[in-house]
Amino acid sequence: MRSRYIPLLMTFVVFVALYLIAYSRFSSFGSMRVVGNLLRDNAYWGIAAIGMTFVIISGGIDLSVGSVIAFTGVFCALMIGRNGWDPLATFAVILTIGTLFGATMGFFIHYFKIPAFIVTLSGLFLARGMAYVLSTDSIRIDHPFYKQISDLVYVFPDRGRFTFAAGMFLLILIVGIFLAHFTRFGRNVYALGGNSDAALLLGVPVGRTTILVYALSSFLTVLAGIVLSLSKQSGDSTIAVGLELDVIAAVVIGGTLLTGGVGYVIGTFIAVMTLGTIQTYLTLDGSLTPWWIKIVIGILLFSFVALQKLLSSRKRVQSAKEQLATAPLPS
Amino acid sequence: MNTSGQETKPLLEVKGLSKVFPSTVALSEVDFTLYPGDVHVLVGENGAGKSTLIKLITGVHHKDGGVILLEGKPIEPRSPRHAQELGISTVYQEVNLIPTMSVAENIFLGRQPMRFGMINMRAINQQAKQLLRGFGLDIDVTRNLSSYSVAIQQIIAIVRGVDLSAKVLILDEPTSSLDRHEVERLFSVIRSLKQRGIGIILITHFLDQVFEIADRITVLRNGHKVGEHRLAELTKVQLITEMLGKELTAALDNKQVTAREDGASTKPFLEVRGFARHGMIEPFNLVIRQGEIVGLAGLLGSGRTEIAHLIFGIDQNDQGEAFVKGEQVNLSSPRKAIQYGFGLCPEDRKVEGIIGELSVRENIILALQARMGWFNYLSRQKQDELATQMIEALHIVTPDAEKPVKELSGGNQQKVILARWLVSNPEFLILDEPTRGIDVGAHAEIIQIIKRLAQEGKAMMIISSELAEIVDYSDRVVVLRDRKKLGELEGNEINESTIMQAIAAN
Repeated sequence: MRSRYIPLLMTFVVFVALYLIAYSRFSSFGSMRVVGNLLRDNAYWGIAAIGMTFVIISGGIDLSVGSVIAFTGVFCALMIGRNGWDPLATFAVILTIGTLFGATMGFFIHYFKIPAFIVTLSGLFLARGMAYVLSTDSIRIDHPFYKQISDLVYVFPDRGRFTFAAGMFLLILIVGIFLAHFTRFGRNVYALGGNSDAALLLGVPVGRTTILVYALSSFLTVLAGIVLSLSKQSGDSTIAVGLELDVIAAVVIGGTLLTGGVGYVIGTFIAVMTLGTIQTYLTLDGSLTPWWIKIVIGILLFSFVALQKLLSSRKRVQSAKEQLATAPLPS
Repeated sequence: MNTSGQETKPLLEVKGLSKVFPSTVALSEVDFTLYPGDVHVLVGENGAGKSTLIKLITGVHHKDGGVILLEGKPIEPRSPRHAQELGISTVYQEVNLIPTMSVAENIFLGRQPMRFGMINMRAINQQAKQLLRGFGLDIDVTRNLSSYSVAIQQIIAIVRGVDLSAKVLILDEPTSSLDRHEVERLFSVIRSLKQRGIGIILITHFLDQVFEIADRITVLRNGHKVGEHRLAELTKVQLITEMLGKELTAALDNKQVTAREDGASTKPFLEVRGFARHGMIEPFNLVIRQGEIVGLAGLLGSGRTEIAHLIFGIDQNDQGEAFVKGEQVNLSSPRKAIQYGFGLCPEDRKVEGIIGELSVRENIILALQARMGWFNYLSRQKQDELATQMIEALHIVTPDAEKPVKELSGGNQQKVILARWLVSNPEFLILDEPTRGIDVGAHAEIIQIIKRLAQEGKAMMIISSELAEIVDYSDRVVVLRDRKKLGELEGNEINESTIMQAIAAN
């Protein structure tokens, strides 16, 4: 077992253990109904978390996630619900706006050497402010397309529902894994997070990769906003406040190092499903308020960071030992 | 082996290369020629211009004069990446690869073989394995780079560089953190590169290694080329005198042994036996007596600073034992060393010494306050008193004690650091290059202060690249080369020539 897979394995073990606990208490966890709902309910922020995984692997951070989701929701509601735009055209416009927004943040991070924390914090305020400027009301979307999408469901024999949102989540998951491991862009992201100075000397297009990473994150965040808009059939500028923190927590619990260079898209997916499972359990149980989820996130987050710290310091001791034992000379 | 360079055409030729920085001429009309299959070693002390020359060739800096010819054609490298495209690869001391990625991925980053629009990981692993085998390295290429030793990482970096069709390979102090076996391994790789006709520029501080691997040696000093030699033509003493810019004269300006001896006690303050740390310094014994000044002499990278760091607990010894006033002690951290009465003025005062934003007073009381504990607060009155006292005693030129230290001249900053340790009244002071980068007047003053402190009974250990200075104040001189203590000179044995000969001794 390679030590680089240990955090991922831990994530998986925690998920399986929690799921089994939930199943032993509520047998409905064995049904496609719960599985389908888990995928549906967590799709929107799971999609954003996949984008965030790339950002954190590259050694950065994106705090604008919650605001961008709110802005997307308000924009769609306003254009489709009030101005009668075609939904698909609206999505194309908002995805373009979002991608440019992310690319601009990446541009400032790379060319002006401003910390990502500051740039994306500005992005957070900007996007939230824009959402409020567009509308402070909750706007309903009443459009046949939205009805069609919500009817687009595969029903399992046990009446479990595989929705459009769930499908989108899984699609983005597969695309994310492919991007991360099988394209030069993906490998450049890992290189950038592993050692950005070395990446530059090794010929990695550092500027382009940084811009693309934030563009990708914002693109996926807007997509998350669209998915949320489709399920809520409304737009509200007050939603998803602080969501970026849940997203970052999921990425870290999924085994991605906050310092960059190491991480897996699938780990983020498992972490999102883990948190979703806890949420569902708390809701079904009813004796505890669902806000306990925050406490659990805190505990999990801390445990995972502590574990990573432990692993990396153990590895340093090990490699120092290996260096002491001199390898034989080539003859 | 292709050492009969004259008949073959030069691979890389540099003529009249100059570089001027705002305050200094870093490189002045330097000529340098590299033949294919040759190992050309660049040597020189701090500020000699080695790294400037390399940075001009690799496009990190841009030249102010002269020409660079690669295979007879003039080139203008714009960036390290551009230089690499032209066929000039560089491997630095601190390996510039991605520690969190696999060995194979590091070798093929940015040029991965693709299949069906996807990265072909199998091909990457196979090709990397084959490539490394060609250099006698049979390792698991799917493991992370960071799981291998620095020596292996360096070989991997070289292999990557060479595989990018390098004609010229620059190795910038590749052996600094390697042990003897690892150096052997690296050298065997270098020898196989020679056979492929690659020209190698090697920067190293290790004289023995120079004589082991070099075909040709260029000596730089203060931005000028002072000599170019075929290895066979050169002796170690010659090389050292050229590097230091001194003449070997028979017993001139011998140290005058004065009545200083009376003041010096013979009681050892510190004694270390068989002190060593793997990869840093080989085992050495050292005694430092109260009221005695011990100078550490050697070239850059000879292990002088390493000894200071080991004794002060910045790095921990993995062998040997230490005694302070006859009692065995454990020098495992600077905190402990300070408790035993040690003080250290580090080499690079900008990085390790002063805190520029703080005032002269605050900088002076820093170590004392740390030693007393932060809850045992020094009264402001006491602080002012100490600061004023030190400003007077050391002639620190500052309008008042509240001036931020960064606004003082280099010499006065150095005095502030000295003052910091003096107020905490250490029994043993280590000074690492106390006179570097300060003007002549301050230079003389600091040397006076050093001598006075010894007369007051403090044990002193001083590292300096200025041989004349070491000869001036040392009661004893410890001679180092290639991370090894070679011996000691005492009393009237001490002069510049004996020191240089001792450094060169076999």
